[in-house]
Amino acid sequence: MASRPGYDVLVVGGGATGAGLTRDLAMRGLRCLLVEQSDLAHGTTGHFHGLLHSGARYAVRDAEAADECIVENRIVRRIAAPHVEDTGGLFCWLEGDPDDYPGQLVAGCQKAGIEIEELSVAEARRREPLLTPRLGRAFAVPDATVEPWGLVADNAESAVDHGASIRRYTRLVGLGVEAGRVLWADLEDLGSGERERVEVNFLASAAGYWAGRVASLAGVKLQMAPGWGTMVVMNQRLSSSVVNRCRPPGDGDILVPVGPVSILGTTDTTMDTDNYEITPEEVRFIVTEGAAMVPAAAERRALRVFAGARPLYDPGHQHGASRTLSRSHMVLDHANDGVENFISIVGGKLTTYRLMAEHTADAVCAKLGVDARCRTAEEPLGEARKAPRHYSLGERLTAREQEAGGADADLVCECELVTRDMVREFIESFGTPHIDDMLRALRLGMGPCQGAFCTLRAAGILERMRPSGAAALEPIRLFLDERMKGDRPIMWGDQARQFRLNEIIYRDVLALDHAP
Amino acid sequence: MSEPILFNVDEVALSADRCIKCNVCNTVCPVLPVTDLFPGPKYCGPQAQRFRSGHPVETWVDYCSGCGACSRACPSGVRVAELNARARARMFEQRGIPLKNRLLSRSETLGRMGSKAAPLANFGLNFGPGRVVVERILGVPREAPLPSFSQGSFRRRFRRIPQPERPNLRVGYFCGCTTNYYEPRVGEAAVRVLTRAGIGVELPEQHCCGLPFISNGDFKGARKLAEANLKALLPVIRSGKRVVATSTSCSLTLKHEYREVLGLYGPEWEELAAGVYDAFELLRELAWQGELELDATLTQRVLYHGPCQLRSHGFGFPAADLLGTLGGIELAESGVECCGSAGTYGFKGDKREIAFRVGQPLAARAREHRAEVVACDSETCRWHIQQLTGLPARHPIELLDEAWSQAERTGD
Repeated sequence: MASRPGYDVLVVGGGATGAGLTRDLAMRGLRCLLVEQSDLAHGTTGHFHGLLHSGARYAVRDAEAADECIVENRIVRRIAAPHVEDTGGLFCWLEGDPDDYPGQLVAGCQKAGIEIEELSVAEARRREPLLTPRLGRAFAVPDATVEPWGLVADNAESAVDHGASIRRYTRLVGLGVEAGRVLWADLEDLGSGERERVEVNFLASAAGYWAGRVASLAGVKLQMAPGWGTMVVMNQRLSSSVVNRCRPPGDGDILVPVGPVSILGTTDTTMDTDNYEITPEEVRFIVTEGAAMVPAAAERRALRVFAGARPLYDPGHQHGASRTLSRSHMVLDHANDGVENFISIVGGKLTTYRLMAEHTADAVCAKLGVDARCRTAEEPLGEARKAPRHYSLGERLTAREQEAGGADADLVCECELVTRDMVREFIESFGTPHIDDMLRALRLGMGPCQGAFCTLRAAGILERMRPSGAAALEPIRLFLDERMKGDRPIMWGDQARQFRLNEIIYRDVLALDHAP
Repeated sequence: MSEPILFNVDEVALSADRCIKCNVCNTVCPVLPVTDLFPGPKYCGPQAQRFRSGHPVETWVDYCSGCGACSRACPSGVRVAELNARARARMFEQRGIPLKNRLLSRSETLGRMGSKAAPLANFGLNFGPGRVVVERILGVPREAPLPSFSQGSFRRRFRRIPQPERPNLRVGYFCGCTTNYYEPRVGEAAVRVLTRAGIGVELPEQHCCGLPFISNGDFKGARKLAEANLKALLPVIRSGKRVVATSTSCSLTLKHEYREVLGLYGPEWEELAAGVYDAFELLRELAWQGELELDATLTQRVLYHGPCQLRSHGFGFPAADLLGTLGGIELAESGVECCGSAGTYGFKGDKREIAFRVGQPLAARAREHRAEVVACDSETCRWHIQQLTGLPARHPIELLDEAWSQAERTGD
């Protein structure tokens, strides 16, 4: 097994927290390696509803979370502007909802410093014509939406700029622990199957709901209790701002406009599994609850469902929680479990990813005796350094037309307006991506046809640029399986027709099941 | 005034949900194959729709001619052309409506002014330097076919046409601006044909249907006209008379565009839509019921082109059905979706070349049939077709009128 010189910190997990942590540590001058067993932002980060919380959702029951959210909301809007859309949010009180909640919401928001303003019903309806006639009161708050893949990609890029290394599709398969210290880590490249041992001075796990498995490699018991949340993606936006139900937070009470779609969420089912099966009952529940706020949700086309696991931690099993930073996330120092140089970050939410990274990096630096301040709240990411402009939905339309200069748009993915040039450029920069990586980077295949036409085109471009011969069909199969998985629980109406067309193309015409 | 439904929330806007990307719309679009300036109905319709949310709308939607072939062909029920028309209006709302569009949409005002000073206006329009001025101001290329103003409106001439003494049926005639100001002969032919069929014709108060406003992106102006027409025509319909039109684009506007494009929904708009008929639609109905004898002859080689707006009515080709029964006629159908003109599309500078290319199959068809005349129910199409084919283009009701007049003269 090859061995290479060590790193100051090995970060495990390439979600928002892991990428943010790697960036933070790298900016403080530490040599970091980030390993992710899949693509960046492939796990929980890429499976959330897209809401950049104002904190209003927590203002009544969890003042600390509300405080953190509004502060981080303002920071993320600034440092990651191009990935944030300033949609604003509405809390909608419907006839029959608890009478006392609006008063508590306003008081909680004021206490946390979250701008909240009551709108007349007429004004709320002007802004959101599809709101239910049952609307009784409406409150505007500074919710926004955030596109997670771009956010993570920018964090990763910044980390690399500050000297960090990042390896995707690389799994941590073993840890060498001697005398209460992690000395080395065994990494497996999932593409080539090659293994490699790296020396590490410190181990920071930001593996989300996998944190228990990472800890077990070091002989540490860490009990995670993943809380699965199911979401339904609607084909078009049903609102232009985030719509929340004005009652104590619960299931199925939010509608988030993100990119060209609206996402209805969500549920909370605790289950320790990698492969959560979404049930039709859940979907029906979410759609019914969403339709209470926006009746069109029950009639319009749903294009996909997905579930993400909240990386919740079950402290009942844990004896050594080192420091409770807030009720929403925790930095666990495993010195309490007998491993001196190992920390896990658990819990939390995407809105506070940067703060979670900061708290973790603070803890790592304290243990390593590094005296450097966190700068991630001040220094913008990626494009935000040049033009701190928020995302707007029409951007792709305008861009396609300007690029085309009067010619055909040359689209590979028609639904999400992804061009051949975008795909080629991505393949050049990435190496040999899966088509699924193009989805996260470019939104390819995310639209209503769910890969019907772009899959073949993207595979063709990929094969031409990175010939693989007989293996060329594999990316197509992998991608379509994943797309179809998200379609099965909503097999009705327009999406059922779409699904059938896709089956005709790939199963009947191209006989993909019988191809080599 | 009825409040128009908002841009992105009504049935038409949400019909974009039904698109399964099958591409049928792109295969029937007459503009897509002849230019690189237009990315096609699928792109501008259901695809772009998902990205439109109050932000600047792309401009290439303006290259959609609005012929509606996509909406007719869509097997999933997406109102592609209607989405495009709305996007174009939104674009002009954001960028301002160009002067040429403003002027071109005012067919009623232009007509009223022009016909008052017809000889002078026509001299101006037919005279080289005059066309240069028109090109500069209206953006209408000097080669584009422009109609001549008529001396004296159709409304004036209407009174001189004798009505049947005891009509079987009474209708209100919606003649449209073109008939009133440029081509009164079409109106005169229509009234002669209808009265001969035993139908009493009155000419109710009416205004431009608003289609030129819609296609030039001025929905506010179009809605005003729609309201005025509703007010003028509902009493006619409620008195038990049908409103009959000879321009299939005007009638489509009254029946379809008011609701689906302008978003004017409500029972009164449905009543208007249900009460409006195409003249040939009515005549064919009478013929089918055995109440109309068409015993006449027309010894001509005729190419019939059902214009795109007529096709959107979804009632087949009633004019061709009736012309086909005339003795001696050699009738062929064009078999193309659109001549290229599609209203004022073919009159706007940069679109003329496209309209000309779209029209080539129609011209070829006319040559193949060795046609002596092209029959078409829409005015702007006729003007365009005359240029395309070098043949006279006439409203089918003029041909029927001619056949019947001949029959009368020969004492049939």
